[in-house]
Amino acid sequence: MRRQEGDDSAPEAPLLEITRLRTAFSTPHGQLLAVDDVSLALDAGRVLGLAGESGCGKSVLALSILGLLPRPAGHVVGGSVRFDGIDLTSLPQRRLADIRGRRIGMVFQDPMTALSPTLTVGAQIVDSLRRHLGLGRAAAERRAVELLEEVRIPRARERVEQYVHEFSGGMRQRAMIAIAIACGPDLLIADEPTTALDVTVQAEILDLLDELRTAHSTAMIMITHDMSVLADLADHIAVMYAGQIVERAPAREIFRRAEHPYTEALLGALPQLDATDARRGRLLAIPGQPPDLIAPPNGCRFAPRCVWSHLDDGCAEEPLELHELRPGHWVRTRHPRSVRS
Amino acid sequence: MSVEPLLVVQHLRKEFARRGTLLSSGDAAPFVAVDDVSFEIPRGTTLGLVGESGSGKSTTAYCILRLIEPTGGRVLFEGDDLVRLPPRELRARRRDLQLVFQDPYSSLDPRMTVGAIVEEPLRLNRVGDRSERRAAVAELLELVGLRSDAVRRYPHEFSGGQRQRIGIARALALRPKLLICDEPVSALDVSIQAQILNLLKDLQDTLELTYLFIAHDLAVVRAMADNVVVMRRGAIVEKGPADRVYAAPEHEYTKALLASVPIADPDAMHERRLARRNRKLAVDTDDSRDPGLPPADDSPTAERLPTPEEISRPV
Repeated sequence: MRRQEGDDSAPEAPLLEITRLRTAFSTPHGQLLAVDDVSLALDAGRVLGLAGESGCGKSVLALSILGLLPRPAGHVVGGSVRFDGIDLTSLPQRRLADIRGRRIGMVFQDPMTALSPTLTVGAQIVDSLRRHLGLGRAAAERRAVELLEEVRIPRARERVEQYVHEFSGGMRQRAMIAIAIACGPDLLIADEPTTALDVTVQAEILDLLDELRTAHSTAMIMITHDMSVLADLADHIAVMYAGQIVERAPAREIFRRAEHPYTEALLGALPQLDATDARRGRLLAIPGQPPDLIAPPNGCRFAPRCVWSHLDDGCAEEPLELHELRPGHWVRTRHPRSVRS
Repeated sequence: MSVEPLLVVQHLRKEFARRGTLLSSGDAAPFVAVDDVSFEIPRGTTLGLVGESGSGKSTTAYCILRLIEPTGGRVLFEGDDLVRLPPRELRARRRDLQLVFQDPYSSLDPRMTVGAIVEEPLRLNRVGDRSERRAAVAELLELVGLRSDAVRRYPHEFSGGQRQRIGIARALALRPKLLICDEPVSALDVSIQAQILNLLKDLQDTLELTYLFIAHDLAVVRAMADNVVVMRRGAIVEKGPADRVYAAPEHEYTKALLASVPIADPDAMHERRLARRNRKLAVDTDDSRDPGLPPADDSPTAERLPTPEEISRPV
């Protein structure tokens, strides 16, 4: 059985175990494999960062876990998603909906699409508490106020009566987090939860997620294109490129000793706040575009943009497996940094 | 050696009337979106204008271009006050000031070919004949790193980064002296963001351009700006050379902004988080100070900003 590497404290099965998952979309031009052979495991109380750029499959992976793929175009075509021993990919929709409400919480980039505009924020929390936990109305209402307080919404007692449009961007995101954690989920999936926010508000939301993780030991999957928001939040990081995981390791390993040329490039492309010669220098851009996933390259999918593919050892032609370079550090390339020198 | 500034903004002010509500007709005090803003941009340099939503940074840019009429102040471009220029002269002057938009998805007309989009400013300003314009378009596309066959294709066939290149080519068509970039990379992935920032740096060197670079991302501004202006709620809270402002910020709000930027280093991030928690930021953010504030997108500023379609037409 695959285990979250580098973690010696979990002898039992992981909370979430994704095995060779493949998710496809039917398009007029053919089948597009958005998630291709992804395996991941997440232990209770741990935070997994899922990093990659637009179109790399990270959000589709989240929707596959949640059974929320847009139908009929998207469907899981292979592999399994086991959550606490239950295979979510073969579960009837009703039972899946129950797990989603009660045991897996979701936070998205845009609260306006995830929250109802016609119900007060309080009513949405109360609904969820009554349906999933069977609370009485009065108890649920009390709990709703507590939840808003927990996500640091000031004047919670008044705010619980308000509608989403009466909230600012940061407050909406807090309200969505309150709803997501209402039933005390084991797993929180957050897809770009701070991307649309101002920096000071972003920092507050990241601090809040960190507090929640500490207070409730909620496991989290944090999806982002900006690796820096994962820096002190994630225990492990998986980097996706063109539908595949290209590197997976403890977070510190990724930031200190990234091995895959793509991860290196992604980190190198981030402008540095403390760079003194930043004004004069050039940023390390990644040339070109990600490949077409309807007809992806046979070999390494990053090869066309990779600075090492000129070594011409067939890495661009032959399929590559994710392999364990050192304990807990997995990579899908023939040119990991530590092997190059 | 002092360099003559290309642009000097003095005491710029923009008020918006507040809408009356059911119980109070519109006699409330006006909303001040830009409040006594002054700065200058020396030729060939980049001024980074930083702030969060509602800070007035975009309104400032639109006032400089007179896409919004300022309530007061002066905008001196090579010595001419744009605020007081009659329409005909303003139109001539505006060719020297062009705008690059945030969202390459909505600022390009989807029904026009890329060639027509880039050519349009030349055509509307009656620059050259058809074959001269065609040659100019080819040159512009090459300048921004697009293949020449882009001419016949449509915006939807391009990725976000390529669309931003198209937007930049269009902005450069009239050979402007000042390029106002309003969040030019905030909709792009980091690797593509780096490509566009590098392109802007290269263009500045080869074409001797002057930039007003507006962004909320302080790390991006660090990579571009010689000088920085930090705005908050319509007013400047700090300005100075970028090296000084980033290394030794003086205003509490600038410190808070810099302390909030996520950086790709676990230890440094952990320290920053602890520092934030301990300090409890002497400066409040829009959200925490007054949770009763309407959402940013309900503010009078947002409501009155012209759409990209309106702006892309010459006055």
